[in-house]
Amino acid sequence: MNAATNSTNTTSKTTNKTTEVTRDQPSALAGVTPPPTHVTAHDTAHDTAQAIGNDTVPDARAIEVTDLTVAYGERPVLWDVDVHVPQGTLMAIVGPNGAGKTTLIKAMLGLIPVAAGQVLIYGQPYSEQRHLVGYVPQRGSVDWDFPTSVLDVVTMGRYGALGWLRRVRNSDRELAMQALYKVGMQDFADRQISQLSGGQQQRTFLARALVQDAQVYLMDEPFQGVDATTERAIVQLLKELRAAGKTVLVVHHDLQTVPEYFDWVTLLNVRRIAGGPVDEVFTDENLRLTYGGRVNFLTRSPQPAPETDVPAPHNVASDKTAPER
Amino acid sequence: MNTIAELFNALLFDYTLRTVAMGAAVLGIVAGALGAFAMLRRQSLLGDAMSHAALPGVVLIFILTGVKSPIVLMLGAAIACGAGVLLIIAITRHTRIKEDASMGIILSVFFGFGLMWLTWLQRSGTAGQAGLNSFLFGQAATLLVADVIVMAAFGGVALLVMVIFWKEFKLLSFDRDFGAGLGYPMQGLDILITMLLVVAIVIGLQAVGVVLMSAMVVAPAVAARQWTNRLEHMVALSSVFGALAGVSGALISSLARGLSTGPLIVLCISAIVVFSLAFAPNRGLVWNAIQRRRRRHQFRDDRVLVSLYHMAQQHDTLSHPHSARAVQTMHMRPAEVHSSLQTLARRNLVEPVNGNQWALTPAGIAEAEKHL
Repeated sequence: MNAATNSTNTTSKTTNKTTEVTRDQPSALAGVTPPPTHVTAHDTAHDTAQAIGNDTVPDARAIEVTDLTVAYGERPVLWDVDVHVPQGTLMAIVGPNGAGKTTLIKAMLGLIPVAAGQVLIYGQPYSEQRHLVGYVPQRGSVDWDFPTSVLDVVTMGRYGALGWLRRVRNSDRELAMQALYKVGMQDFADRQISQLSGGQQQRTFLARALVQDAQVYLMDEPFQGVDATTERAIVQLLKELRAAGKTVLVVHHDLQTVPEYFDWVTLLNVRRIAGGPVDEVFTDENLRLTYGGRVNFLTRSPQPAPETDVPAPHNVASDKTAPER
Repeated sequence: MNTIAELFNALLFDYTLRTVAMGAAVLGIVAGALGAFAMLRRQSLLGDAMSHAALPGVVLIFILTGVKSPIVLMLGAAIACGAGVLLIIAITRHTRIKEDASMGIILSVFFGFGLMWLTWLQRSGTAGQAGLNSFLFGQAATLLVADVIVMAAFGGVALLVMVIFWKEFKLLSFDRDFGAGLGYPMQGLDILITMLLVVAIVIGLQAVGVVLMSAMVVAPAVAARQWTNRLEHMVALSSVFGALAGVSGALISSLARGLSTGPLIVLCISAIVVFSLAFAPNRGLVWNAIQRRRRRHQFRDDRVLVSLYHMAQQHDTLSHPHSARAVQTMHMRPAEVHSSLQTLARRNLVEPVNGNQWALTPAGIAEAEKHL
């Protein structure tokens, strides 16, 4: 993995040509997991590229967000943000409340209109690569009293592959069950979702994303409100995803754990303050630039990450899509 | 007994009553099913705004065409409903007014215009306007077989569409953003299911009226939610409740002259709601109160058991008996200790010894050790 990360310079904008050649990288890890058929199926021209392997093709850009700008009315929420993530990387997105972390993820997924910028997944526009992207929304974004079971929710991850009109089959439920095993929730399959704890809700959402069998995962605060056990389980899961060649973008709040959990980090506060390998960019100086320089973040204190209050967008329209909860 | 037999007799052989009951059942089924989705999407009030907004459509299309056939009037109602919904969405999106307020605005403005035109029509003495004011509170007795067929046809199509897009509507209702991430056009699905709700409301207007129609959207769903934790069961049950209320309302109104069917249908569904809110397992208020009481007693019993255990520990055997009085000294409410001991004795965890003393049984010792 490091071979890929080290040689990639985040700040430079590589042309699409380079990534075009390498976007079949997941298959290079065929020894670890069977390559997802949909990646190679439509792209046989690059079969040779896979054979070369990870080391010789270091610049495998799984995610390339360029010049992304989102505005609610007059007020920019994201300004000219670039996020480039090599394949097989766990990247944290950190920043104060109102920095636009959730907005970034939603904009990447096309859930909110963008004023400018483009999102490439393995070198192609997101709209064409949707099936490669899994999404874990914030836990609080849904009504957990909805009349449905855990297995049902996880099965929703298969709806994209199923497409219109087709009913859920037993094989889909089996895949959902396997995902529940992976997150340790197999005993809760038939549980009504309102009976879940916060951590169990989070793991249900993760299982649903796993069922999507994506190459790239965007996760909005998967660690929010979970206990230590669940947190360890999620970290373990993230590492397994990385080992399988997946790329994961995680909105994260706890600065203390960033170096431990993640390879790369993007520091965000409306603009991208810094981005790259954690040991290069996760510095006191950059954090001060991101959070407004109030506290020393990297001194090991037991307190959770400080939350600087940046005034939230105040017009009505933005309330529904406010960047933070 | 006799009356019930007569009612069923009438239901089978009285032509008018049968028609009315069938019409009420159709509207109950359709509004119940689609109302369940509306409730889960927090759009119960939208149903209310939509049904009120239908009135000017009904009146206006009559003024324009002079035709009073149900299809034409339903069309007018549907257009006004749709326009109302679009305006609510537009107001919410483009102004700072929140959805509840914009629904209030549309409801009152549309309904106001509807009432104004309706009264103007009545004063002007236009020929053939007589039946129109039945749209206000509904007049199920005026339903003809042809009307019921129209209702069933439109309602059937709406339900069919709901079944076809079941998976997508479920996704829309539970997690819209995730659905959009999967590539489904959530906005389009949103419009589609709202249109289905328009159909459900419009077919019920003649029987129940614009004022009370929202009850048929909201109430069956609320009642159904109480009894199940599965979406498919909830939608089905909501339909059943709607139909049940429709038929019972029609039957009851036939018992005496001057009993209007629409309000009776609404009263029936309200009764189902009240019953469900109170007695449904897991969610019902009465059920919950009983559960709470049971847990409290259980907790008290456990503590009495543990007290006996602790006292017996001071002796050479754990089945050493003590008097109830001795146990009472260890509890805040001594009066309750006795009933706990009786319960524990029934569960064979303690046994009376020498008349007024109590000792742990082997099962009781094992149980007490679980709670230490």
